[in-house]
Amino acid sequence: MISFLGFLLRLAFWLLVAPLLPGIINKVKAWVAGRRGPPTLQLYYDLAKLWRKGVVLSTLASPGFVAGPAVAWVALISAAMLMPLGAAGGALSFRGDVLLLIYLLALARFCTAWAAMETGSAFEGMGAAREVSYAVLSEAALFAAVLALGIHTGSVSLVTMLSPMAGAGALLLAAGLFTVLLAENCRVPFDDPNTHLELTMIHEVMVLDHSGPPLAVILHGASVKLLLFTLLLVQAVLPMGGLSSAGAAGALAAGVLGVTVAVGLVESLMARLAFRRVPLLLTTAFLFCLFALLMAWKGGA
Amino acid sequence: MSGGTLNLLIGLAMGLNLLALGSSRLPSLIRSMSLQGVVLGLMPLLMEPERLDWRVVAVALATMAGKGIVIPWLLRRAMRAANIERELQPFLGYVPSLLLGAGGTIAAVALAQALPLLPEHAGTLLVPGAIASMLTGFILLIGRAKAISQVCGYLILENGIYLFGLLLIHSTPLLLESGILLDVTVGVFVTGIIVDRIQRAFDSLDTRKLTTLRE
Repeated sequence: MISFLGFLLRLAFWLLVAPLLPGIINKVKAWVAGRRGPPTLQLYYDLAKLWRKGVVLSTLASPGFVAGPAVAWVALISAAMLMPLGAAGGALSFRGDVLLLIYLLALARFCTAWAAMETGSAFEGMGAAREVSYAVLSEAALFAAVLALGIHTGSVSLVTMLSPMAGAGALLLAAGLFTVLLAENCRVPFDDPNTHLELTMIHEVMVLDHSGPPLAVILHGASVKLLLFTLLLVQAVLPMGGLSSAGAAGALAAGVLGVTVAVGLVESLMARLAFRRVPLLLTTAFLFCLFALLMAWKGGA
Repeated sequence: MSGGTLNLLIGLAMGLNLLALGSSRLPSLIRSMSLQGVVLGLMPLLMEPERLDWRVVAVALATMAGKGIVIPWLLRRAMRAANIERELQPFLGYVPSLLLGAGGTIAAVALAQALPLLPEHAGTLLVPGAIASMLTGFILLIGRAKAISQVCGYLILENGIYLFGLLLIHSTPLLLESGILLDVTVGVFVTGIIVDRIQRAFDSLDTRKLTTLRE
């Protein structure tokens, strides 16, 4: 009974807190630019508005057009359930859960790309192709980071992997994971979440034909993914296991806030990279994580 | 205890090697090179805190000031004086040079265990870090066409040699350390002048044009 209540609380946390992060990023961007910016809770209003609206369905689209976003959202929420939250641990924790986490993220990506191609628009097919071709590199970096953590702690369970500090490779791992976070969530050096210019979009292209509740689900899923990667980065780098439960919660909140503000600052101060430069940056991120793996292997604690 | 911090800094230096290989602009190459110099300058202070004497502190401070401030300033001044474009012109593309550097680093980490090291150095990554920096310097020297980027490659190579020299920090005389630092600074100073001359004579800093002799 208690664990069921804990599960519900955790679900509520992920559902309710996640849309806050894009709001904070937008606030930081507005603050740097000297504007007032949209309210921090803007995404909540958007989600509520989209949820009340109707859906426009293409006559060409199969049921996969609606099922894709739904499956992707469920996969992302399930991945979120595996992610430990400081001292509270994960809702589910078993040996090898980190592999399930990575595969759930891949499933979510597959479903989004699938739904994007349902309407038969060449433009959305192009966006899907871009998304998955960058994912090849960013997933390699994520795998290297996970391997580094696994070798450092001698475990393949997220709770034990994320509790100590990442050792000698911590700085490299932080740099690599931050770049992966930016790439996976389509933030600025890779993709501009504000633009609707056809040639520059990656993620936005794929969701152009969605409307109403499916679009709301996609947007919410994207914010959950952002929170998931932020938590992964913070817990991989900070020594969570050494703190008391209140201290861990505080450190986690401060870390998430710090990473979110850093994303906002990157977005304000950097320009989008040209497409041909993106693989270079992603390769650098992969090598950062690979070097962290080397350090974990040879450097010890 | 200090071994952990030391390895963290060596990891940072390895990451900066990657940034140097991947950067397409001269200022960012100079920045990562000088930051690496500062990181390396910090290391002698952290290596054996209980055996710290004024010689080690002097070497560390001189290294940080020289590599972090003086040399980048000289290079930036040369860059402004020669009025060159900031874009690098690589012989080797950025991704191939990154992969080469990464392969070299992996080989360095894997092979360093085969070397007969003193037991107190076996746990640190000093030797792999040194070899990795030297390889990065070589790749930059071979793979970039601009004279200033080749100077940066040479400086990263020197960083690697300095890292290697840290193994012997208590045995090498202060004179030797300061002599090397002075040589490097004067070398960069002279290169700054040469770069200006090359620019005037050839209207370009592309070293490919320097292969034929002319009257």
